[in-house]
Amino acid sequence: MDRTHTSIVHVETLSDKIERLTNQSPMLCYQCGKCSAGCPVRNYMDDSPNKVVRYVQLGFDDQALQSKTPWLCAGCLTCSARCPQNFDVAKFMDAVRQISLEENVEIAEKDTVAFHKAFLNQIKKYGRAFEFGLVREYKLKTLNLLQDVDVAPEMLLKGKLSLLPHQIKDKKQIKKVFEK
Amino acid sequence: MRIGVFICHCGENIGRTVDCAAVAESCGRFPGVAYSIDNKYMCSDPGQNVVKNAIREKNLDAVVVGSCSPHMHEKTFRKACADAGLNPYLFEMANLREHCSWVHEDRIEATKKAIELTRIAVEKVKRNDPLSPIRVPVTKRSLVIGGGISGIQAALDIANAGFEVVLVEKEPSIGGHMSQLSETFPTLDCSQCILTPRMVEVYQHPKIKLLTYSEVENVEGFIGNFKVTVRKKARSIDETKCNGCGNCQQKCPIKKKAYSEFEENLAFRPAIYVPFPQAVPNIPVIDRSVCTYYQTGKCQMCVKVCGREAIMFNQEDSFVTEDVGSIIVATGYKLYTIDKKPDESAIKGYGEYGYGKYKDVVDGLQFERIASASGPTSGEILRPSDKTVPKKIVFIQCVGSRDEAKGFSYCSKICCMYTAKHAMLYKHKVHEGEAYVFYMDIRAGGKGYDEFVRRAIEEDHVKYIRGRVSRIYEENGKYIVKGEDTLSNMPVTIDADMVVLATAMIAQPNAPKLAQTIGMSYDKYGFYNEAHPKLRPVEVSTAGVFLAGACQAPKDIPESVAMASAAASKSLVLFGSDFLEREPTIAKVNESVCAGCFYCQKVCAYNAIEKKEIKDRNGNVVKVIAYVNSGLCQGCGTCNAVCPSKSVELIGFNDEQIYAEINAL
Repeated sequence: MDRTHTSIVHVETLSDKIERLTNQSPMLCYQCGKCSAGCPVRNYMDDSPNKVVRYVQLGFDDQALQSKTPWLCAGCLTCSARCPQNFDVAKFMDAVRQISLEENVEIAEKDTVAFHKAFLNQIKKYGRAFEFGLVREYKLKTLNLLQDVDVAPEMLLKGKLSLLPHQIKDKKQIKKVFEK
Repeated sequence: MRIGVFICHCGENIGRTVDCAAVAESCGRFPGVAYSIDNKYMCSDPGQNVVKNAIREKNLDAVVVGSCSPHMHEKTFRKACADAGLNPYLFEMANLREHCSWVHEDRIEATKKAIELTRIAVEKVKRNDPLSPIRVPVTKRSLVIGGGISGIQAALDIANAGFEVVLVEKEPSIGGHMSQLSETFPTLDCSQCILTPRMVEVYQHPKIKLLTYSEVENVEGFIGNFKVTVRKKARSIDETKCNGCGNCQQKCPIKKKAYSEFEENLAFRPAIYVPFPQAVPNIPVIDRSVCTYYQTGKCQMCVKVCGREAIMFNQEDSFVTEDVGSIIVATGYKLYTIDKKPDESAIKGYGEYGYGKYKDVVDGLQFERIASASGPTSGEILRPSDKTVPKKIVFIQCVGSRDEAKGFSYCSKICCMYTAKHAMLYKHKVHEGEAYVFYMDIRAGGKGYDEFVRRAIEEDHVKYIRGRVSRIYEENGKYIVKGEDTLSNMPVTIDADMVVLATAMIAQPNAPKLAQTIGMSYDKYGFYNEAHPKLRPVEVSTAGVFLAGACQAPKDIPESVAMASAAASKSLVLFGSDFLEREPTIAKVNESVCAGCFYCQKVCAYNAIEKKEIKDRNGNVVKVIAYVNSGLCQGCGTCNAVCPSKSVELIGFNDEQIYAEINAL
């Protein structure tokens, strides 16, 4: 895709937004590739993590927002720990995800969003993860009804999949967190 | 004869494979050998004392040491011989390490070979003559060619050490390319501010003789004794009368006929001009190709306004001859002309990116002038075409550099840094502007250099795009620059208002001519060759000639200055003694048999063969024969090999000695 850079300086670019959210300039990245080299989920990504940063640096905002990579990022922070420029790549990915949701862009990995949302809803309701509820909500959202059902019996037998939720003691604290 | 033979074990290096005691014993039986012994380390202090004591006690008149290579320790043993009162040239070395023990495994065979090698040395030393080093007087005065920052530095260093310097500059003013620069990386300090005080210092220095608008015409002689002829081109001005008031420049009616070389063709200059206001010396020249007087015989406006009667229309080129002991070559560089094939040059033109075709596509030096406070725009970044501020500017690196097809395979080394500087200067002056840099690699090796480039990217938000530009074309007053960012594999198109090309640094077009005049070698690009790329980086193969600055290879200001000081100190080493001592092993012509064919002159790599006239009593020339200049001859023996009448002899390696060595086998 060919793209002409235009001189509209007053419009906030994706790079500016990310810098505002993360307090670090994407221009810090010098494209050494150490983040991608150590990324445990690199093989499932379409663009390497440093390439997503590169899109942002050069103003290829659509490419960055439509990439699967930010949604496959596990947030393990290996990249951030290893970056020679002290650029927090995981934080950068987080910002890209946040902006994608805010701006309602077409997200490449919808299932991941569904999982994130289902997970947060469990926390909101019970103050902790309720696996059965999480699975139920995720499956209803994505209609991936048969995904991973083969592991369910074993999990049930081992007591890893409780059918009833457990509550935490002070749910007010959780409420406060979500209000923030 | 009473020859002493000393066989070294070199620790285990020789002793492991060669039975050194057996060698010493066998050698003791050679005719003429009076004393023979082996030792663990001949080069050690006790080892040398063995030689010294033997010379005195056994009354030896020649010495052979069988040890390592002469490269390693010939000097050591010669000195030991001399200390004991023996002429150092009555010494020979047999190489039992590199030529024997290191390359063989069989102990018996290696021992036999060691004996043979020593026998060869014994036979040679029998025929050696006592020699003494050649003493050459030194003229303690230096010639510096080129008045850029390298030449200025070298001249000041030598002059400040108390020796005279002749500084020759071909342009009307010294200062070189550095005087054209706006700011310097990585500190962004003003180039002129740091340079002009040095230019003035050169002008006022009592030990420096400054010859501007002059070129070296001829060089004769050798280390310590060069005779240099300099052509002083006619300025058409009496330098002794002109006081640099500048009236002539202002009144000259030629306003828009000649482009200013100093302003890189971005402005005009009159026919009578000084290149720039801070020029040293502040004396104008007349460009006869545009001056009305030289075309029609009329005008003479400058004569009318000159209160000092300094205009000399009929001045001619003059020649001065200078005697110097050393020469420092600091002739600098040029930028690659990329619009068309330059005349009289094998260099292909780059022919891309629209340089020369689009007014707003400029090269690095032109951008320096645009960014310079003393430049044609007084430092405001304006497009040459319509004098508007460019909102978007593209810098392209490696134009002609690292480009085998259309330029040169070498890296010009400074472009990464000055492009970062240019982009930074632009962003500092045009805050809302966008700067893009197309690069292949960023080579920012140097103190504070990489930090400087990172500053351009991180703080000044210069956009660096990795990849070469494919083409540039004009569309609706914009220059469309097409490229690809190879890091994101995304095609990039930029509608730029201005484009700056970091074109390759190339050697001066007349560099080969000067090399031939002085006797230097140069590479295929015209850069002068140093004597050794690592250990003798400022010397050339001709003794007494040194290199400084970008005439040797592309380099930046700090490197040029360092090299200039190095070349100056090499000159000062030469001036440290009144006489030079040189190896006496040089060629000698047998005058009675030389037929004067001068094959030797053709093959001599050091210009050491001269013609000598043999006259009879009445002064009539009987014949012309070859004569070896002992100051220039390096003793390579090429003349000896080609002489058809066998009338050249290499002292210390004559035919008799060589045949004796062969026969000894």
